[in-house]
Amino acid sequence: MAEAEAKLVEGATGSWEVIIGIECHAQVASNSKLFSGAATEFGADPNSQVSLVDAAMPGMLPVLNEYCVEQAVRTGLGLNSAINKQSVFARKNYFYPDLPQGYQISQFELPIVGEGEIVLDLAEGAQRTVGIERLHLEQDAGKSIHDQDPALSFVDLNRSGVALMEIVSKPDMRSAEEAQAFLKKLRTIVRYLGTCDGNMEQGSMRGDINVSVRRPGEELGTRAEIKNVNSFRFVGQAVEYEVGRQIDLIEDGGEVQQETRLFDPRSGETRSMRSKEEAHDYRYFPDPDLLPLVLTDEFIEGIRATLPVMPDQKKARFIEQFGLKPYDAGVLAGDKASSDFFEKVVEGRDPRLVANWVTGEFFGSLNKLGVEIEDAPISADNLGELIDMISDDTISGRNAKDVLDIMLETGDAPGKIVEEEGLKQVTDTGAIEAIVDEVIAQNPDKVAEVKEKPKLAGWFVGQVMKASQGKANPAAVNKILAEKLGL
Amino acid sequence: MSVDAATVRKIATLARIAIKDEEVPPLVGELNQILDWVEQLGEVDTDGVMPMTSVADITAPLRTDAITDGQKEAAVLDNAPDAREGHFTVPKVVE
Amino acid sequence: MSQLIDLDIAGARDALAKGECSSEELTNGYLEAIDAAKALNAFITVLPGKAIEMAKESDVRRKAGEVGALEGIPLAIKDLFCTEGVLTTAASHILDGFTPPYESTVTANLWGQGAVLLGKTNLDEFAMGSSNETSYYGPVRNPWSMEGAADGLVPGGSSGGSAAAVAANLCAGATGTDTGGSIRQPAALTGTVGMKPTYGRCSRWGTIAFASSLDQAGPMTRTVRDAAIMLGAMAGHDAKDSTSIDTPVPDYEAAIEGGVNGLTIGVPEEYRVDGMPKEIEDLWHQGIEWLKAQGAEVKTVSLERTKYALPTYYIVAPAEASSNLARYDGVRYGLRVPGDDITGMYENTRAEGFGAEVKRRILIGTYVLSAGYYDAYYLQAQKVRTLIAQDFAEAFVDVDLILTPTAPEPAFGIGSKTDDPLSMYLNDVFTVPASLAGLPGISVPAGMSASGLPLGLQLIGKAFDEETVLRGGYALEQAAGFSGKPSPWWRS
Repeated sequence: MAEAEAKLVEGATGSWEVIIGIECHAQVASNSKLFSGAATEFGADPNSQVSLVDAAMPGMLPVLNEYCVEQAVRTGLGLNSAINKQSVFARKNYFYPDLPQGYQISQFELPIVGEGEIVLDLAEGAQRTVGIERLHLEQDAGKSIHDQDPALSFVDLNRSGVALMEIVSKPDMRSAEEAQAFLKKLRTIVRYLGTCDGNMEQGSMRGDINVSVRRPGEELGTRAEIKNVNSFRFVGQAVEYEVGRQIDLIEDGGEVQQETRLFDPRSGETRSMRSKEEAHDYRYFPDPDLLPLVLTDEFIEGIRATLPVMPDQKKARFIEQFGLKPYDAGVLAGDKASSDFFEKVVEGRDPRLVANWVTGEFFGSLNKLGVEIEDAPISADNLGELIDMISDDTISGRNAKDVLDIMLETGDAPGKIVEEEGLKQVTDTGAIEAIVDEVIAQNPDKVAEVKEKPKLAGWFVGQVMKASQGKANPAAVNKILAEKLGL
Repeated sequence: MSVDAATVRKIATLARIAIKDEEVPPLVGELNQILDWVEQLGEVDTDGVMPMTSVADITAPLRTDAITDGQKEAAVLDNAPDAREGHFTVPKVVE
Repeated sequence: MSQLIDLDIAGARDALAKGECSSEELTNGYLEAIDAAKALNAFITVLPGKAIEMAKESDVRRKAGEVGALEGIPLAIKDLFCTEGVLTTAASHILDGFTPPYESTVTANLWGQGAVLLGKTNLDEFAMGSSNETSYYGPVRNPWSMEGAADGLVPGGSSGGSAAAVAANLCAGATGTDTGGSIRQPAALTGTVGMKPTYGRCSRWGTIAFASSLDQAGPMTRTVRDAAIMLGAMAGHDAKDSTSIDTPVPDYEAAIEGGVNGLTIGVPEEYRVDGMPKEIEDLWHQGIEWLKAQGAEVKTVSLERTKYALPTYYIVAPAEASSNLARYDGVRYGLRVPGDDITGMYENTRAEGFGAEVKRRILIGTYVLSAGYYDAYYLQAQKVRTLIAQDFAEAFVDVDLILTPTAPEPAFGIGSKTDDPLSMYLNDVFTVPASLAGLPGISVPAGMSASGLPLGLQLIGKAFDEETVLRGGYALEQAAGFSGKPSPWWRS
C-alpha cells in the first residue's frame, strides 16, 4: 500500500507543512501499581488506594512490579520494537503537589523498549507508517482538583504510582487526521494485547501532541506541546487550532514559543500554561533505590509466544481468506473482541453475509443500546444460528431484523423466537400463489395499470408481504407475481 | 566551575528553598569553596570506566502483581498539616 | 540500680537469664540515668511509659520461656529510624510532629527479638554532619570532656546522640546509621564500638533516607561482642527494600573469638595523610603490632584513588540527598509554613524547616545534577567510585582485613569548626572510602590522646564478611584493653 502523500496547509503567504509527534501515556492494565502494592482501579474513594510508598512517607522504598514489566515488553513487541535487555529507572525531579516524592520514577537514557513502528489506517484505504522512538515505564502522578475551594487545591493520590507506558512517536505525522489515526491505532494495539484498556475518558490513555509548522523543505520549526488531550475528537480539534495559530503567528511576523499548552474543549482553542519553571531542569539520575532491570531472552520470548494475532495481520487475513472488503475487514479487525466474535460466527458460514450482519445490524443495534461487544446479550452461536436461518430461507431478511431485536431483548435463541412469533418464512409456492391470486383479484385496476407501468409490481409485492405478515419469501413472490401479471 | 549569585538563586528555586538577599553572598562563598574542592575529581582518568550503578552486585528484584496495600487513609492522611474531606490540601495551584 | 546499667548487652543478657534482675529493673535504671543526663542532650524523645511497658512484656515472655536474642535489653534508637506511634524527627524542624504509622524494618527486627525502646537519640539533621552540631534540637555533648573546652566536646556525627548514650551508660546499646562514617567516627570519638555492615546487609525500609546508595544501619555498643549480638538481630533480607541482599545472616557472635592467627591485614599507604597527628599515626602502628602479636600477617597495600574519596562522596551524597529530601514540602507531614501560593509555601517551608548544613548540601546536590554539570560532576564521581571500589577489590585479593585509623583527630570543641564546612568534611577522610565501596567497617576504641580523649582504629572487610571484621575487631579490642569511661560530670 503506497504511503499517503503529505498534505500541505495553505496559509496567507504560501503552503505549510505540519509536523506532529505524539507522546502517549497509557496506563498499564495491572492489579497493583508499578512500585507499590496498592490497587489501580479507577473511581475509588480518595486516597483509599494509596500505600505509604505512594504517599512518599519518610523511609519508603519502591519495589518493581513484574507484571508491569511484562506488559511493557508485550506492548513493545506489538509495536514491532526492539526490547532493551538492560534498562535503568531514573528519577525525574520537579515539585508539584500531585507528585509526593518530589520526583517521578521514570526511565531516561536506557528505556525498556527501543525503536519500532505503527501503520496508520487513513481514509480511502491510505496508509502511513509512523516510527516509534521508544517506550518506557514510569509512575503516574496523583490528581489535583482545583475547583473545590477558592483558595485551596485538593490532592488525591490514588493515581500516584500507577504504572504508565510512555510511548513516544517519531515526528512522522503530517495532519490532524494522522494524529487521530495514530492514537486510534495505538489504542487498538494495546487493547488487543490487553496491556491497557485505552479508556480515554477515564484517563487511562492520554496524549501530549507536539505540533510545529515549516515551509516545505526547510528546517523544523519550533514546536509547542499540547498536553493531556484525552479524546480523539479533541486531538483533531487541538491540532487544527494549533496549526492555524502557529501559521497566523509566523505570517504576522511573530515567533512560535517552545511551550506547553492546554486544549480547552469549550473554546476549541489551545492556550499557554502558566509555567513556573521556565526551563525544565529535571536533573535525571539513575534511581539509587532501584537496580538495573535485566531481561533474559527466555523472558522476552516467553512473552512473544503469548502474543495474539495483531490487528494488521487479522485485517489482511480477513481480506485474503474471507474476501471481505478492506473497510469491513478493518472494522472487524479493529477491536479484538469484535474480531474474536466474528471469527466464531463465520466458521462454516458465508463470510460476506456474516460480515454484513455483524458490522451492520448487529453493531448498529449494540451502538443504539450503548452496549460493548464484550457485554453483548447475544452469543456468537445464536447470531450464527440466525444467519443460518436467513441462508436457508427459513426466515426473510426483513423478519430477521425483528428477530434480532427480540434476541437482544430476551437473549433467547432465534429458533425459539421464530417458533413463538410464528415468523417462519413462507416459501411454499402454493400458499404464496393463493395470496397473490387474492391480491390480483381485489385490485383489477392496478392489474391493468401494471402492464403499462411495470414498476407498479413493487406495490403488489408490498401488498403480498402485508397479507402474509412479511413471511412470504420475496424472491418467490417476485417470481409468481411476474408470471401472473404477465411481466 | 564556580557559581555566582544568580546561579545560587536559580539553584535555590529549583530546590524550592527561599533564600534571603543577605544569605546569598555567604552561600556563594561556601558553595564555591566546596565546588573548588570537588573539582579535583576532574584529574582522574575515567575513560572506559562505568559509573557505579549499585554497590550490591544484583539486578532489580521483581514483585508479583497482587493488591497487598492501600485502604489506609488514616495512616496516609493523619500527619498532614491540612487534610480535608479525605484529601490533602495545598494553596490553590493555577495551571 | 546503677550497677545494672554498668552491664553491657552480653552481661545483661546473662543477668536476666539467671534471674538476677528483671528487664523492668534494668529499664528503670536506664531511665533514671537518662533523666539525670539532660546536659548531654543525647535524646530527643525519651519514652518512660513505653519502655516500662515493653520491659514488663519482656519479663512476662521470659517467664513463658520465650527468649529472643535481645530479650529485655533496653536500647536507644537514632531518631532517623521510623518508630510507630512515636515522634520521629531526623533532628529536623521540618518533621515537627511527625508520628509514623509504621515501624522501620531494622527496629521491628530488634523488638521482634525482645528488645526494649528507651527513646530516640539526637543526631545531625538528616544524618548530615560529623559532630552532631546541626541538629534542630541542639548539639550533643560528648560524655568525654576536656579542661578548657567550655562548651563541651562534640561526640562526632551524625550518630552523636547514640554514641554519647552508649558511652555514658544511658542504654545497653544503640542503633546508628552510617553514610560516610556516621557510626564509626562518633564511636571513635566516644570510646565505643561502632559498626557499619556491608551495604544491603540491613534493610533501609523505614529508615529516613539521606543518600540511598550509601546509607546503612548498624550497632553502636560498648563491646565488639555486643555489636555482633545486635547486628545479628538487625540484619536480614527485606523484600520491601530492593537494595537489600538476600543472603543468610550468620551467627556473628560465634565468629568473634576466631582470632586473627593466619589472617593477613592490609595497611593502606595512602591513608597516611599530610598533617596527620602523630598520636594517631602511633596508635595505628600500635594496632599493627597488636595484630601481629596475635598471629596476623601485616602487609602494605595501595588504595590508589583514596584521596578522591572525600570529594566523590561530597558529590554523590548531596546529589542523592537533594532528591531524597524533595518530599519534605509541607504537604503530607511535618512543618508547613504558609506562602502566597504553592511555590511560596514550598520555599518558605523548606527554608525554615531545614538547617544550614542540610540546605547547603541540597544546593550542592541540585547543582551537580543540573543540566550542563551532570557529566562533569555526578557522572564523573560515580565513575571514580567504581575505581575506588576496584582499588579495594584488588587489595582484598591479598588481604583479609584493612587496618586504618577511624578519625583524623579526637573529639574537638563544640563550635570550633562550624564556620568551615570543608574542615568538617575532612573528618570523614578514613571512613568515606569504605562507604563508597559498600564494604563493612568497624571502629574499636584503641587508645587515648594526649589530651585524655579516646581514639579508635578501624578495620574494613570484604563485602558480607562481617564475621572476619568482627573477629579482627575483637582481637584488637582484647589487645587494646581500652577500659576508660568518662566520669559522669553530666549527672544532675
